[in-house]
Amino acid sequence: MDAALAPPPAAVEPITLVEATRRAVAQEMRRDASVWVLGEDVARGGIFGQYRGLIEEFGPERIVSTPISEATIMGAGLGAALVGTRPIIEMRIFDFALCAMDELVNQIAKIRYMFGGQAKPAVVIRAPHGLWRSSAAQHSQSLETWFAHLPGVVVAVPATPADAAGLLVAAIRSDDPVLFFDPKALFAATGPVPSAIDPLPFGVARHEQWGDDLTLVCWSSIVPDCVRAAEALARDGVGVDLIDLRTLWPWDEAAVLASAARTRRLLVVHEAVRAGGFGGEILARVVERLGPGALKAARRLGAPRLPVPFSPPLEDAMRVTEAKILAAAKSLLAA
Amino acid sequence: MEASTEHAIARLTELYRLMARIRAFEEVALAAHAAGELPGYLHPSIGQEAVAAGVCSVLRRDDRITSTHRGHGHALAKGAAVRGMMRELFGRAGGVCRGKGGSMHIADFSVGMLGANGVVAGGIPIAVGAAQGLRLLGCDAIVACFFGDGAINRGPFLEGLNWAALYRLPVLFVCEDNAVAAFTAACSVTAGPGAVARAESCGVAAESVDGNDVEAVAEAAARLVARVRRGDGPHLLHARTYRLLGHTSTDQAAWRDPAEVAAAKGRDPIARARQRLLAAGVAETVLDAILAEARAEMEAARADALAAPWPDAAEAWEDVQDIGAETMEQA
Repeated sequence: MDAALAPPPAAVEPITLVEATRRAVAQEMRRDASVWVLGEDVARGGIFGQYRGLIEEFGPERIVSTPISEATIMGAGLGAALVGTRPIIEMRIFDFALCAMDELVNQIAKIRYMFGGQAKPAVVIRAPHGLWRSSAAQHSQSLETWFAHLPGVVVAVPATPADAAGLLVAAIRSDDPVLFFDPKALFAATGPVPSAIDPLPFGVARHEQWGDDLTLVCWSSIVPDCVRAAEALARDGVGVDLIDLRTLWPWDEAAVLASAARTRRLLVVHEAVRAGGFGGEILARVVERLGPGALKAARRLGAPRLPVPFSPPLEDAMRVTEAKILAAAKSLLAA
Repeated sequence: MEASTEHAIARLTELYRLMARIRAFEEVALAAHAAGELPGYLHPSIGQEAVAAGVCSVLRRDDRITSTHRGHGHALAKGAAVRGMMRELFGRAGGVCRGKGGSMHIADFSVGMLGANGVVAGGIPIAVGAAQGLRLLGCDAIVACFFGDGAINRGPFLEGLNWAALYRLPVLFVCEDNAVAAFTAACSVTAGPGAVARAESCGVAAESVDGNDVEAVAEAAARLVARVRRGDGPHLLHARTYRLLGHTSTDQAAWRDPAEVAAAKGRDPIARARQRLLAAGVAETVLDAILAEARAEMEAARADALAAPWPDAAEAWEDVQDIGAETMEQA
């Protein structure tokens, strides 16, 4: 083939996670005229710039800035999906989705089932979540486990620009309602993202690093801390099998089982509260599937069962850190 | 007889037939419930048929509606298939929702019925969003949103009114005011002058109508729907009616003043339409035949539902979600 006619290599450039999601939305809005966004301040670009510039390209009929009416933002997104559009429901921060729990839990998650499959609510429910310095108890929560418990929805918890872009494209194209948790602490993180973003499959984990001594499972904002902890362990000659789940429901059970069977040491790390958290579900599944004697040691690391405090030293006391991850890993390796 | 009068009589006769079918559907379903033939419970709308019939009679097939937990009448008036509905109430195979929803979650998207709702005011945000979506798709269909007097004390009512007015959405809000919110007189828990004033405070034009006068409901709805369809933004119709039975099929509503109930029975919408038709010269035998046909249609649906098979247990695992659904084998 004439070199001049060969397809150009996919452009890959490092961009921020927030820019990656902005491009994913723009790409899908160009591709499908039924995709639109509703939420507070989205015409101004969203509070983190997730929608910057989209109002100029797509206009106020498709980038709809709404009143602070969370129940109706959520419910109207559902209604619009029921007549055949594909709304992206922006909730500003996930804590505010709690003002719309009826619309999310009783309506969106149930409607396909209750109505015997007459409608598939193809909505994306999207918002930044997790810790953000001194934002206190109502602006910092990690609630992804609540929704993994909820039949009828997909839960996406990306940690890198490429994963965020690919999962958001998949979410927009999915006929299932998808809860997309933007890791707000990682909005400024950079990484390569292809210029044409392909959808990533839900339920396929990403192996951040391979190793034989310890399986470390994590997702969302805490992933970089886990990577740094794994790198520190590597310097001590410890091989960490580091799995970023990327989606919490469905979650990549096969990847975790295979890794845990090999390393026999399992650490699950999440920023959310440990008690009743998804780490417990993962450990329980591994024990059910591999048997109670399969592991030499296992542990969950998560936040204590506290509201998020405002004062920096208080916040630091409760958050999961690289040091805590390292200490937990070492305790497992000593077992 | 003048052609216009003849037309009015024919039209009222059809509304009478529709109300009779709704009444018969619920009376037969209640009898089946009392006989232990259908599981769960029902929220009967007996006494309120004129609202469903009057409003839906002026809608197009591609117009959408959202409904309430007391929604059999809305579904039937929008054209949902009787046997599919009855089988749904019975939890049987062939139910319009495959036995997954039951009485409280009837939906029939094939006729624009976007669903009853087990949550008071739950349909309001869905209705305004459906209207927004229809406009985005370039469709001139409108949405009629039914809710009760209890719903006006929930937040989504305010949010939905404001939202619909803000975007000038093609929505007809229908407040079906049956005077009672579950087990409590609505007036005893509602401050201020009520639904119309609340709508007007958001800039939504609103009017009240005698909700037990099916012709008045249909006339008002036709007028408001025409305005909604031509782009004048949302409107609200407040239809005053009365719930003749209890909150559910198991509630005798014995706490209510018998005199109040007796007076309400005197305003029965079906009896009133019948009186009007008789006065216009329609033969009693014609009207009796309509009642008998309605009863026979619903008894046949009851027999059909009772004879229908139960759904296969494996269907409990179907229609949860495309990606990440558990399988029956995992249970």
